[in-house]
Amino acid sequence: MKKKFLAAVLASVMAFGLVACGSSTGSAPAKTSGGEGGLIKVGIINNDPNESGYRTANDADLKAKFTKENGYDASFAYSLKNDEQIQYAQTFIQDDVDYLLLSAADTAGWDSVLQDAQAAGVKVILFDRTIDADSSLYEASIVSDMAKEGQTAVDWLASQNLSEYNVIHIQGVMGSAAQQGRSGALDTKVAAEGNWNIVKQQTAEWNAEKAQQIVQSVIDAGTPFNVVYAENDDMAKGAVAALDAAGITHGVGKDVVVMGFDCNKWALEELLAQNWNYDGQCNPFQASYIDDIIKTLESGGSLSQKTIIMDEKGFDATTITQDDVDNYGI
Amino acid sequence: MSDTKKKKDQSFLKRLTSNQLFIPLLALILLAAINLIVDPSFIKVTPGYNNAGNPVLSGYLITILDYGSELAILAIGMTLVTAASGGQDISVGATIAIAGSAMLRVLCGGDSRPETIQAPIIVAFLVACLVGMLCGAFNGLLVSVFKIQPMIATLILFTAGRSIAAWINNNELPIVPDPRFSYFGGFIPGIPIPTTVFIAAICIVVIALVLKFTNLGLYTQAVGINESSSRLNGINPTFIKFLAFVILGICVAVAALIKVSRLSTINYSVIAKDIEMDAILAVALGGNALSGGKFNIWASILGAYVIQFLTTTLYKFNVQSDALAAYKAVVVILLVVFSAPKVRETMGNLVKKVAPKKEVA
Repeated sequence: MKKKFLAAVLASVMAFGLVACGSSTGSAPAKTSGGEGGLIKVGIINNDPNESGYRTANDADLKAKFTKENGYDASFAYSLKNDEQIQYAQTFIQDDVDYLLLSAADTAGWDSVLQDAQAAGVKVILFDRTIDADSSLYEASIVSDMAKEGQTAVDWLASQNLSEYNVIHIQGVMGSAAQQGRSGALDTKVAAEGNWNIVKQQTAEWNAEKAQQIVQSVIDAGTPFNVVYAENDDMAKGAVAALDAAGITHGVGKDVVVMGFDCNKWALEELLAQNWNYDGQCNPFQASYIDDIIKTLESGGSLSQKTIIMDEKGFDATTITQDDVDNYGI
Repeated sequence: MSDTKKKKDQSFLKRLTSNQLFIPLLALILLAAINLIVDPSFIKVTPGYNNAGNPVLSGYLITILDYGSELAILAIGMTLVTAASGGQDISVGATIAIAGSAMLRVLCGGDSRPETIQAPIIVAFLVACLVGMLCGAFNGLLVSVFKIQPMIATLILFTAGRSIAAWINNNELPIVPDPRFSYFGGFIPGIPIPTTVFIAAICIVVIALVLKFTNLGLYTQAVGINESSSRLNGINPTFIKFLAFVILGICVAVAALIKVSRLSTINYSVIAKDIEMDAILAVALGGNALSGGKFNIWASILGAYVIQFLTTTLYKFNVQSDALAAYKAVVVILLVVFSAPKVRETMGNLVKKVAPKKEVA
């Protein structure tokens, strides 16, 4: 009796936890009315919008684009787990969607379900993340080029013509695509140039607190530095908190150049206030690209290229405008 | 005469090694010695000014005091939970996220970018305390009334906590506009010592008074050592265990205040990540039995600062931060080995054997 009650309590707690995890639209693919005249039926599988500011913006963008007004009948499913995503994909295929849009949690394990999709005549479009599957299994993939993001940022830094570059390099979770791309460009440059030095290279795992401690330890050691290259905005913010506490000035024309990535709105506002120097974009707005592709395919056209790399900007504090903050902030 | 002196020496040595503060103190001295040998400037504390123009002290020691304080506060609550329930609360990091999120919700009024704060900071803090206590009460209820293993009971909030925290603020990341809010995790204008040190000092004084003027300490030990015999002696073990978790809830709220204040914002998925392991390690380093019973809160607090000392040292030596956990694991292994009765016995015999040899020589 007691045990049963306990089990019930635990189960309800777990269920509550799940509700809190999922977004308001629910985490299972909702069967839509379907068969409405003229609407293109799409199934969208994405990562949990709670994951990060990037994902929240990404999800909002897709929701705004794939509406009935724009001629779409869209269903959404979210999971950070690959196996759950594959299940959702199977459900969508059984539901007879016209297009399956996919941001895969993991690169592996998609072959068989995508073959099913092909057999059922469902067209697959990848966005944000690529997968390890034969490219004949999908129509197109729309991705960010992380290496290019890093290169743009490093080129910008080089264009600042500092006499010496003593860089604190704060990395993201090691091995992630964003970390590899953004670190690679800087590492290459440091190896190539004589006046570029890495003062400290540490992973803060996208964590502002850890970044703060790392920068704090460099300050405590008394090692001079003039650039903070943080691989996302959160970590740049943590670094800046440590600089502020130590009385080290940062921003345009100040002692330390601060660089971040992702273009969070609050980060772009820091740029506008000239407290930071640079922010690299990681474009979450793939919906219009996908829309174009679907329109092309629907009109019987063919795509000129399979992999589409999105335009991504880098913002300089000296040239950024309020419009940029409003348009590109996520 | 030399005989009595020898006896005195031995008993002094024995008293020293059997004192619970011995292990954390030894660790602290070892760490300090290593640091001093490698880099004598380690203890240098330099006065300066922060970007707001206020005087501040900086240096490794200040960093250790600053970041160690939140851990010390958590160690207080974790020690009580460990002593009373014989288990640990692993949901501390997640409940910090919940309490911090609630605090921001009150301060920002559900708006992620308010112009001014919507409620006094003290109100927000009290709400966070309430939320922290509720989370503690939830864990406490599962452990004390439903008799679930503490680690399993707290696994629930450990898993769900960060999502609940995100849900409280509709997944927004509010930023507190008032600079006064950042004083708690930084510096109060005019005072060059980090505020966290004062907050930790207040918590330590409060718990010292509570332990001195109430029976909490005695009852907690009694429940931890033998639950049924303490019940026979008129103590309510259910209530004592529940209380320990609620007290930890308050500690969590205070730690959340510091954490959120440091950056005036929150990131649900990473705030106070893995802090529960550091807090448990602090309790273990303090020589407290993780199976409950007798405890020494001062040893745990000292243990907390030792862990921060270790973390800061590792950062100083350029250890990759994702490898920090491995080094802490080594500390855990050493602790477990040295606190094992078998090893202690062998060591004791060894000391006895060595001591007379010295006399002969």
